[in-house]
Amino acid sequence: MTAGNIALKQVLEEPIKGSSLWRDAARRLVRNPSAMVGLFLIGMFVFVAVFAPFISPYDPSAGSITDASRFQPPSVNHLLGTDLLGRDILSRIFWGARASLWVSILSVTLGLTIGLVAGAISGFFGGWIDFWIMRVVDIMLSLPGLLLTITIVVFLGPGLNTIAFAIAIENVPIFARILRSSILGLKESDFTTAARSIGAKESRILINHIMPNALTPMIVAATLALATAIVDAAGLGFLGFGPQDPSTPEWGAMLNDTYRYLTSGAGFTALFPGVAIVLSVLGFNLLGDGLREALDPRLKR
Amino acid sequence: MIAFDEPAADRLLSVEELRVEFSSSSGRVHAVNGITFELAPHETLGIVGESGCGKSVTSLAIMGLLPKPAGRIAGGQVIFDGTDLLTLKADEMRELRGRDLAMVFQDPMTSLNPVITIEEQLVEVIRAHDSKVNKAAAHKRAVELLELVGIPNAKERLRGFAHQLSGGMRQRVMIAIALALHPKLIIADEPTTALDVTIQAQILELIQRVANETGAAVMLITHDLGVVAGMTQRIQVMYAGRIVETATTRELFAHPRHPYTVGLLRSIPRLDLGDNRALIPIDGLPPDMTRERPGCPFAPRCAWATDQCLVEDPELSSVIAGQRTVSAGPEATHRVACWNPATDEEAAQGAPASGHVSAITDSTQARAAAAAAALSDAP
Repeated sequence: MTAGNIALKQVLEEPIKGSSLWRDAARRLVRNPSAMVGLFLIGMFVFVAVFAPFISPYDPSAGSITDASRFQPPSVNHLLGTDLLGRDILSRIFWGARASLWVSILSVTLGLTIGLVAGAISGFFGGWIDFWIMRVVDIMLSLPGLLLTITIVVFLGPGLNTIAFAIAIENVPIFARILRSSILGLKESDFTTAARSIGAKESRILINHIMPNALTPMIVAATLALATAIVDAAGLGFLGFGPQDPSTPEWGAMLNDTYRYLTSGAGFTALFPGVAIVLSVLGFNLLGDGLREALDPRLKR
Repeated sequence: MIAFDEPAADRLLSVEELRVEFSSSSGRVHAVNGITFELAPHETLGIVGESGCGKSVTSLAIMGLLPKPAGRIAGGQVIFDGTDLLTLKADEMRELRGRDLAMVFQDPMTSLNPVITIEEQLVEVIRAHDSKVNKAAAHKRAVELLELVGIPNAKERLRGFAHQLSGGMRQRVMIAIALALHPKLIIADEPTTALDVTIQAQILELIQRVANETGAAVMLITHDLGVVAGMTQRIQVMYAGRIVETATTRELFAHPRHPYTVGLLRSIPRLDLGDNRALIPIDGLPPDMTRERPGCPFAPRCAWATDQCLVEDPELSSVIAGQRTVSAGPEATHRVACWNPATDEEAAQGAPASGHVSAITDSTQARAAAAAAALSDAP
């Protein structure tokens, strides 16, 4: 056997790694620097939120309203300074991350679940049920987002859980519509017809063939929805619909506490919570865009 | 209705007066207009025609896979193995698909699910009709099938995904899936159209080989007469949702009778003739299928057409008058639906003999148009 034959034999016998779309997408994602920056920011955000009780230098609600302890600029003792009640801003940002993480995860999970069910029923069954689900979706999308959430929160009373519920309701029509449109496309796809031609059951076609393919755009939408949820939660918190106990730190409420002092030399008190919101939102947006590129079949090589 | 002179008992498939319609925004499209044909067990039948002539729709109608709700079977019967498929319930039809009837699709690039492994897709068909088959047995069968269709490294390949295979390999996988349960009939809808030429011959050879080995009958649908020439026993030429000519492959190539078949044959490149003749296209466009016209649908593009062609619908009948009609198998009768079939000399010339007075005059065309308008206005 010649050397060439041996080499060829080796190539042929080399095990073929099952490289799924998901694995390929993960590889493309890791190679995308901005997505990795996003992932890093999200990692920081989640770490801070989870470990806030252990890494916060001070009790986030403990302060004193003496002139000496209020509005302290950043120093070795208080890395980000103190707010109008003399509380440590760094500790409050750490604890505030918990509120943001909770609202974003709860709202997206809830919104995604309802949106998935509605979109799947609508797209797969079609007919009158599709018609009515889509009309409800149209009505919900025609209401301005923030107005809808405020209305819901006003009805249900303020608090993190009602904020999360309101944001979830805002997201449902978006998720439902995205899923429906991908299912409509996939229902006509060649591999669905091929699955039908071998006698696969309709339920099996939906679960094994259509859903795994329809979920890719949903993953991107859900990641971007996490970012929107943080902004919305902060916005509602700023407007005073957040936790009513002022000692519970929430980024939007922190901005509301301090924006009046922006021009009187205590700008940092509003700057740092703002930066925290921007960085966490940026993280989810960068990751979302990275996922979109990684999962987009048109970019497949 | 065409009456066959022999019993149809030994027929695997007999399609009678099948009509398929699609509703579209521009009106009702008459995709298949009452076609009747039969298929003997183990027979290989080629169905040839240009895009939109109804050949794919015919195969989807047989499989019960017409796109809903646009596609509708407007009439006829599809008798497969003694049962009329059109009367079956959805569940009963699903049981037949994959087990007795299988299909190979045109584009292997999109016919495999991109997110699940080749193995899952093969095991799916093996277990779809017999859930008692355990995973290990299904896996073993999957390996056998991939080996049968000539995929090297079958065990390794099973773990792979569609995008790791070339187009030819994917089509082999599609054929393996179709063969999984030893179907009695394999419908191959343009199985080589999306593949490059060097692979086409391999795939055709593979279909022929596995059909021989498993004893399946094959319906090969294509727009390319070159594809059917080598591997089918019989050919049916379709135009505008009708069968315009049918004969054994040898007979059809030697003595084409329908002017459309003559045109198709003349549009194939011939290297054996040695001269660098330009290919001869068929003039004109296929008819608008939303309108029901009287007369032969090919008449407006036909040099042989006479007055009669524009107003009277020719029936598919034996080229030799009064001949006993055999509808399928190697003895199948050469039948054509044409008032003025071409002679051998005319077919070689590609034009009617001099002296033939083509009757497509302004007045007859106007008459045909008026008749068509009257028909479409009718409630």
